[in-house]
Amino acid sequence: MIVDDTALIFEKSRPGRRTHMLPEPDGAPAEKLLPAKVLRKNPPRLPEVAELEVVRHYVRLSQKSFSIDTNFYPLGSCTMKYNPKINEKIAAMPGFARIHPHQPASEVQGALHVMHELQGYLAEISGMDAVTLQPAAGAQGELTGILVIRAYHAERGQGHRSEVLIPDSAHGTNPATCTLAGYKAVSVKSNARGGVDLDDLKKKLSDKTAALMITNPSTLGLFEEEIVAICGLLHEAGAQVYMDGANMNAIQGITRPGDFGVDVMHFNLHKTFSTPHGGGGPGSGPVACKKHLEPYLPVPRIVKRGEAYSLDHAQPKSIGRVKAFYGNFGMHVRCYAYIRTHGPDGLRRNAENAVLNANYLKGRVAKRFKIAFDRPCMHEFVIDGSPLRKLGIRTLDVAKRLLDYGYHPPTIYFPLIVPECMMIEPTESENRETLDAFAEALMKILDEAKSDPDLVHHAPHTMPVGRLDELKAAREPVVRYQPPA
Amino acid sequence: MDYIQNSPDDAAAMLKAVGAKSVDDFFQSIPKQIRLNRPLNLPPGMTEQQLLAHMAELAARNRTTESCTSFLGGGAYSHFIPSLVEQVAGRGEWVTSYTPYQAEASQGTLQSIFEYQTMICELTGLDVANASHYDGSTALAEAVAMALDHSDRNRILVSAGVNPQYREVLRTMFRQLGVEFVELSTFEGATTTSGLTEFAAAAAAVVVQSPNYFGVVEDLAEISKAAKAAGARTIASVNPVSLGLLEPPGACGFDVAVGDAQPFGIETSYGGPWCGFIAARLELIRKMPGRLVGQTVDDKGRRGFCLTLQAREQHIRREKASSNICTNQALMALRATITMSTLGREGLRRMATLSLQRAHELHDAVTSLPGVSRPHRAPFFHEFVIQTPVDPALLNERLLERGFLGGVDLHQSYPDLRNGVLLCATERTSKADIERFRAALAESLKDPR
Repeated sequence: MIVDDTALIFEKSRPGRRTHMLPEPDGAPAEKLLPAKVLRKNPPRLPEVAELEVVRHYVRLSQKSFSIDTNFYPLGSCTMKYNPKINEKIAAMPGFARIHPHQPASEVQGALHVMHELQGYLAEISGMDAVTLQPAAGAQGELTGILVIRAYHAERGQGHRSEVLIPDSAHGTNPATCTLAGYKAVSVKSNARGGVDLDDLKKKLSDKTAALMITNPSTLGLFEEEIVAICGLLHEAGAQVYMDGANMNAIQGITRPGDFGVDVMHFNLHKTFSTPHGGGGPGSGPVACKKHLEPYLPVPRIVKRGEAYSLDHAQPKSIGRVKAFYGNFGMHVRCYAYIRTHGPDGLRRNAENAVLNANYLKGRVAKRFKIAFDRPCMHEFVIDGSPLRKLGIRTLDVAKRLLDYGYHPPTIYFPLIVPECMMIEPTESENRETLDAFAEALMKILDEAKSDPDLVHHAPHTMPVGRLDELKAAREPVVRYQPPA
Repeated sequence: MDYIQNSPDDAAAMLKAVGAKSVDDFFQSIPKQIRLNRPLNLPPGMTEQQLLAHMAELAARNRTTESCTSFLGGGAYSHFIPSLVEQVAGRGEWVTSYTPYQAEASQGTLQSIFEYQTMICELTGLDVANASHYDGSTALAEAVAMALDHSDRNRILVSAGVNPQYREVLRTMFRQLGVEFVELSTFEGATTTSGLTEFAAAAAAVVVQSPNYFGVVEDLAEISKAAKAAGARTIASVNPVSLGLLEPPGACGFDVAVGDAQPFGIETSYGGPWCGFIAARLELIRKMPGRLVGQTVDDKGRRGFCLTLQAREQHIRREKASSNICTNQALMALRATITMSTLGREGLRRMATLSLQRAHELHDAVTSLPGVSRPHRAPFFHEFVIQTPVDPALLNERLLERGFLGGVDLHQSYPDLRNGVLLCATERTSKADIERFRAALAESLKDPR
């Protein structure tokens, strides 16, 4: 009999099976300690399984997911670089893992040292003056930064400013963030070179503009050539410049947002500084800003007085807390370790090699694919997939067929301004043979589209499941297991 | 140091292949005047051996909940973590994958999230749970956003028993949108329900926590009845361990339950990363923020899982999205899922019951000391407030000298509770710990100054 290894843990449950983690309660029964009306009538139906079943179930599941440790994963804009094993070991040290966030500051000086020093490192890397580590992820960092700008304008009698300008190549989080911050998102066009269209920017800039949210390098993998002029225009108009730092990996040690006119930005520690992506999180989204915005950063601030670190809550202009406690500390520890490992030379080499790998791979595939903006790229480049239609395939087909070759596909159908696009970010971690083999696979798929179109249309063929019916999932949502009646 | 594979020869060959002289050629789009013409001012790199020694030295500067006996709670809980959690959840396949955009190559991640969603529904007694959120505080903010979405009411009633930090997050997140927060007072440690219906008449939602910040188990059924009569949505922030014993929000008529799954297999780690959860009634599924995993079939009719109802999310709706969340806390949700599977029904009952019992034994031990009293009479789960004649900061210093992390000092958040301290016990607390703590507390209270 073939083992059904797609069974849910609930379907493996049998009455009476159990593990032996905790002793039988030996104190007064719950009925004596709590009133009957608050006690649960039907216990939650958690699975009843023995320890080996739990281990085998989740080890097998792990084997059904592509990961950096097992596959090349050139997911554009996500920076799927190597996550050093040492950093996992460090974050799990009891001195970092088993500390309670209510412990007095005097008893967690090592933790506060890590956070305070990390703030300083991020300020230096970004050319900014102050940093908060509190935001739990990039999107929360965006909201924090925009709320800081809002508080700054309000205090200066500029509360009427109600719009935030956003290039049309931006992540969806940018406009969503503006709405949450009570601002109207106004889209700015890109020009033929993939940069911000300055004429369109000038047209939309007004005394209602609170800020520009710009991603630089952009999601097209391009450095904004006019960034100095753009920041100048915004500042002349009394507005602030927010930078989405998703793509800092390309420019660390090369150029600094604080030096080209940015007022406030966020980092994604899981991108630039390799804290693990974990199947979709945890992230960590520290925010760095210039001196004039520092008073508005979230509390508590981590400060150093003499040799002692402490938490400072007394910041009357602060926007307040954005999260309980102090941010995703476990990620701060990994990031600190990563920066200490690399030092200034290592970080710069990361940027150089990320850019080298991207340009090399772009060169390899440019013979057969249309590059959206064919000039030297930063850490990633974008393929315009519209010519694929002539071959009778779509970008989605290429992506699914790549799985059969053992590659995680690039980001597809984003950014929205390039049709049928593929956004490819190889990162600095990969070697030349991997890039060559990936380029070969991409080109082979084009050949297959001619010789065996069905092979491509129905890919993948080697995964645990074939193409999934996503329409059915949305039309008849089944989002939890229901035990048989 | 670095982790780069390209050798100088590789780099030279690669540059040649694309007709570049040096990597500088690729950076030409960065104007000269903004290039950094010096190395970053950071400490020099370290080898792995040096780094390990350095980090161990920093870690040693922290006291831990292992080196001290801890009675700290207040939103972060030290529970037993099964050994298999670290080993199984620590596998590289889990740690180094990303959001399951390509479902066929991410069935492991997707199925584990589907199981997580199911477990959160089971715990909370609700129909649908999302793939997880940053933490409990931000999950609560998202629940409030759900209640405000398409509501013509902009007032939110929040119990004073809700975690003070969670309430601060609510203020930060909604102040600019003109949302009005009105505090519901507590009596004897429990949220006041008399007059709640009138009070809630203009409210989009009523927010309570149970067990609340004082450890008190709220009468959720009564609160729900009163709020419903006023047409307000009901949101409960809950401790998932307590749901092994307590009637869940869903069964009490609540619309949304949020909380933090940190107590299930996730280290306290100085406050994060943890695992916020959000569960709701089915009618709210399209207002749910963040990722949601659904079951479907593949082209051969086999069961599979994928991200679903994505039209709710920022990458589709952009400025019209009601949340900007992108990532969830998948790796933390996985730890919680594996822990809940390992505990199972019986293990969860034991964890909840032992925590309840130890907390009550702790209560009886410390309140038998002269000068120590509990200001509340309402029933509690695994935390409770005491008042003593000594300033809590001083008291905690004295306890620390004796090897104890005392309770959470309440003087900032609840100044009315003079010298208030919040104590917590879990299944990790032993009867011997309680006896030793009672003795240490007695000594620490000898001198009132």
